[in-house]
Amino acid sequence: MKYMLIMRSTDEGAAAFENVSFDEMLDAMGRFNDELIRAGVLLAAEGLDDASKGVVVDFSTETPVVTDGPYGETKELFGGYYVLDVASQEEAVEWAKRLPMAGPGTKVEVRRVPTIDEFPQDNEWIRKERAWRESTGQL
Amino acid sequence: MARVDGPAVTSPARPVTRGGREDEPGRRAVEAVWRIESARIVGALARYTGDVALAEDLAQEALAEALVSWPRDGVPTNPSGWLLTVGRRRAIDAFRRRAALDERYAALARGLDEGGTTTGGPPAGTEDVDVLGDPDRMDDDVLALVLVACHPVLSREAQVALTLRVVGGLSSDEIARAFLVPTATVQARITRAKRTLAAAGVPFAVPPREERRERLAGVLAVLYVIFTEGSTATSGDEWLRPDLAHEATRLALVLVGLVPDEPEAHALLALLELTAARFGARTGPDGEPVLLADQDRRRWDRSAIRRGRAALARADALGRGRGAYGLQAAVAECHAVAPSVAETDWDRVVLLYEALGRLAPSPVVDLNRAVAVSMAQGPEAALRIVDELVATDRLSGFHLLPSVRAELLGRLGRTDEARAEYELAVRLCPNPRERDLLRRKSAALRP
Repeated sequence: MKYMLIMRSTDEGAAAFENVSFDEMLDAMGRFNDELIRAGVLLAAEGLDDASKGVVVDFSTETPVVTDGPYGETKELFGGYYVLDVASQEEAVEWAKRLPMAGPGTKVEVRRVPTIDEFPQDNEWIRKERAWRESTGQL
Repeated sequence: MARVDGPAVTSPARPVTRGGREDEPGRRAVEAVWRIESARIVGALARYTGDVALAEDLAQEALAEALVSWPRDGVPTNPSGWLLTVGRRRAIDAFRRRAALDERYAALARGLDEGGTTTGGPPAGTEDVDVLGDPDRMDDDVLALVLVACHPVLSREAQVALTLRVVGGLSSDEIARAFLVPTATVQARITRAKRTLAAAGVPFAVPPREERRERLAGVLAVLYVIFTEGSTATSGDEWLRPDLAHEATRLALVLVGLVPDEPEAHALLALLELTAARFGARTGPDGEPVLLADQDRRRWDRSAIRRGRAALARADALGRGRGAYGLQAAVAECHAVAPSVAETDWDRVVLLYEALGRLAPSPVVDLNRAVAVSMAQGPEAALRIVDELVATDRLSGFHLLPSVRAELLGRLGRTDEARAEYELAVRLCPNPRERDLLRRKSAALRP
């Protein structure tokens, strides 16, 4: 079963690790990632660049409005994700609990990722998506 | 700063639930931790006690205690530390009991006391983090554990059961279900295996390099048996039991991490990934088997193929040539990259089977080579190999021999002989699904 660990953090949560050196951070994340690889569960992972460098497309008005990031009202910012292949939701949670560089202000959301097999296979768009997944090795 | 070797998120314990189904979340949390940590916990306890059988008992006691305590009190902040602490405390209890009889045990008990685990009260669950925190030491422990579980003094089925139990973290129930045998049978196998190890005085240690390599070959064979059991049910109605195959692949991944300089470990992982990649296409809508030639190759798992090919490339990059698993993985790769049966590089498959036959002579390899020859050179050349096998009586009783022979005779237009061979194959075949397939092929023969 595929699960996504979605990492979210408030300003306070992020500030707590501001004084941690880049090497220390690489070391902590590297060890954790290595654990995931050795356990044979890591499928994918990405971390995102600073939210202040991004923009937000807001659909509150009739014409979507593009504003500079961060998101304004949002208290927690999405910082990155892991996709794991595990036996149960509990196992995904157990890995989530081990995430380094996390403390008060940090939350990790654990969500199942449905597979393409769970969608109607006779739908033309699903067939197209399956073909794309097959050609790129992302089944 | 965040701790790097433990759970940095100190989330509050789960809400306390009591009784019946409400214990379920706690029990599942125990299982999740167990799946991730059991090999390390048993490994660490085996290093403390020098005794794998005892370590496994202690780990099981700790697990049983967690199953009672976690659903009641919540999941501890450091679950693996908790389990290890309880295991160590049980070890001390056991040694104290024996200390009266044996000075050696008394010394061990004193040594363990110094670890500071006898403070009484509920385990704090943090004092053993140091033991789990050193990756090199843990790797050595887990490797030693794998090698002991697959020790040559044990029978193959004992090795399989013990490996799934102490390395894979599966319960006797789970192992029993996977192998379609009663739980008591699995328990008896594990008990007997532990007794055999104790009687043989097998030490808990990673042996020197040369012996290590030899013993590793045994480990690879055990993982392969587990995988095969998952990919072809030898009995029962289920053609596929993917959980065991998945488990074997996971264990192979772990093993590759422990011995990254062993080409055959990478090659076994490659073989398992490339074979498992075809699982999705191996059964039809009603669970009936679909042969390689008829499989919808779009259903093959491209990610698994990519991982398998990468593993084979890593094996090759070590530059020590291909062993038996490397050659089989290379055959699987030929199929994996071919758009169809017709476009498969059959000449290369024949060469690979010839090499495999020289390295590890076996009538099954010859039979596989015959199938490849039939595709590369035609049925006549293949039939000569098969008839040789029949004449030397080396595969009598194996249903695939008459099954392949029937196929070849059919292609040569010798329909009556082909039908008789299919009948023989049906009589010998242990799997009902596969028998149906053979009957259908017989019925489809040109009159």
